[in-house]
Amino acid sequence: MPFHNLQELRHSASLATKVFIQRDYSDGTICKFLTKFPAELDSRIERSLFEETVKTLNCYYAEAEKIGSQSYLEGCLACATAYIIFLCMETRYEKILKKISMYIQEQNEKIYAPRGLLLTDPIERGMRVIEISIFEDSGSTSSSSTGSSPSSATAQ
Amino acid sequence: MSAVMIIRKPTRKWEKLPGKNTFCCDGRVMMARQKGVFYLTLFLIVGTCSLFFAFECPYLAVHLSPAIPVFAVLLFIFVMAMLLRTSFSDPGVLPRALPEEANFIEMEIEAANGNVLAGQRPPPRIKNVQINNQIVKLKYCYTCKIFRPPRASHCSICDNCVDRFDHHCPWVGNCVGKRNYRYFYLFTLSLSLLTIYIFAFNIVHVVLREYRSKKMFHVVSLTPHCTVLEVLVCFFTIWSVVGLTGFHTYLISLNQTTNEDIKGSWSGKNRVQNPYSHKNIIKNCCEVLCSPTFPSVLDRRGVMLEDSSSPTHSDASAASTHKSSNPVSQTTKSSAPLIPNEHTPDEAKPGIGAGTQKSTSSPKGEKPPSPTSPNAVAPAVIKESTH
Repeated sequence: MPFHNLQELRHSASLATKVFIQRDYSDGTICKFLTKFPAELDSRIERSLFEETVKTLNCYYAEAEKIGSQSYLEGCLACATAYIIFLCMETRYEKILKKISMYIQEQNEKIYAPRGLLLTDPIERGMRVIEISIFEDSGSTSSSSTGSSPSSATAQ
Repeated sequence: MSAVMIIRKPTRKWEKLPGKNTFCCDGRVMMARQKGVFYLTLFLIVGTCSLFFAFECPYLAVHLSPAIPVFAVLLFIFVMAMLLRTSFSDPGVLPRALPEEANFIEMEIEAANGNVLAGQRPPPRIKNVQINNQIVKLKYCYTCKIFRPPRASHCSICDNCVDRFDHHCPWVGNCVGKRNYRYFYLFTLSLSLLTIYIFAFNIVHVVLREYRSKKMFHVVSLTPHCTVLEVLVCFFTIWSVVGLTGFHTYLISLNQTTNEDIKGSWSGKNRVQNPYSHKNIIKNCCEVLCSPTFPSVLDRRGVMLEDSSSPTHSDASAASTHKSSNPVSQTTKSSAPLIPNEHTPDEAKPGIGAGTQKSTSSPKGEKPPSPTSPNAVAPAVIKESTH
């Protein structure tokens, strides 16, 4: 699916389906997503690329939620100012969320849009799921379902 | 330039949020609907402190030390800041699932439950996850159409699922959850200190006056009435607020929520232990009080797109942070999702034999995912029923 950028994807393709990557609660309530490869993406993207994306996102979230000296200092400073400082200062978590949205945009442009996929930032879904939209090229014929799937059988 | 320019105020997302919250300051402030008791709390705190500053402080500043009213003012400011922060912030509300996500979860549940005979009640919707070698059951919320994350609960007063739900506090007019628990705790702690402080210095004031004048209530007649009033308010407040602070200190040291304590989730019977506790009081306190402040996932001030015709500007991956609305979800409004079942024609299903093998443990394997022709959108997937 030769989409070169997200604008092209948006205008010439139509949404076929969505896949939702769920949260992984095995380590507790920290934000972490399952790296299990969904079957619908089987013909669209290599497993390793997908896993790389999810693992990187998990690392970002782990870093944001890490309880260490930095979070402790930030908390103490904020408490000493009765948390008024948060009205002007950005918290560490918010800074990392910005990095995450940049990363997702970069991944979309480089890897997912050329394959007719689109990642949605989990923050827009309440940090519950990573939504991956699968687009079909609306310019192709109606029997588009058989188009790409059997041919590009990726290594399992 | 057009002759008439109609400037419409953009609709912000908070205006369309489900749930029974009230919003103020264009979405910046979020509270429960019933605010009467909150106003009472404000009145009691501000009223008692005003009386203290007006009548006791001048005397104490002159006869004892000016540091006394200064410290009282700082403590009062801290109490008010914590109260307002608890009351006005988002407690950790989980937004409801959008239709596609809800359908996806429904498909998963149906695949897991198999065929339910007519007239038979379907099994309860529960997902089991393992956290720290403990099986935790995640319940399905029929209102929000999601499986609640661990420790989340649905507040019936606010009609929202709240993450790490502690309780709904009418005194602060809001739920207490993940995002505002530490402010709530600091509020009760500082209010305890303030109440004890005012109570103590009222007693000191009365004793000093009596000691100096040798006649009870010789000086300005209004002062002793206020003192008595303050002492009464403080006395009753101390019993409740100090007790509450003690209770929450106990909960924090065990890393439990009030909700879990009331339900007896980790009470120890059937060898069920709290999987979230670090078994170390310091670590538990650090996690609850010193963990990073979690941002709100409820986009209240984002602007809603009126039209779903053409997705404009930035992409759905929130390039300009989470203030931008999601164009992708708007486009799907035009094509209703088709949920495939065994009657979906075979041409619509691609031959992904390899894919079907991967989707394991579904009793009826005849619902393979089907990216169909552009007009029919089918969010059908099969996943493992339990992690």
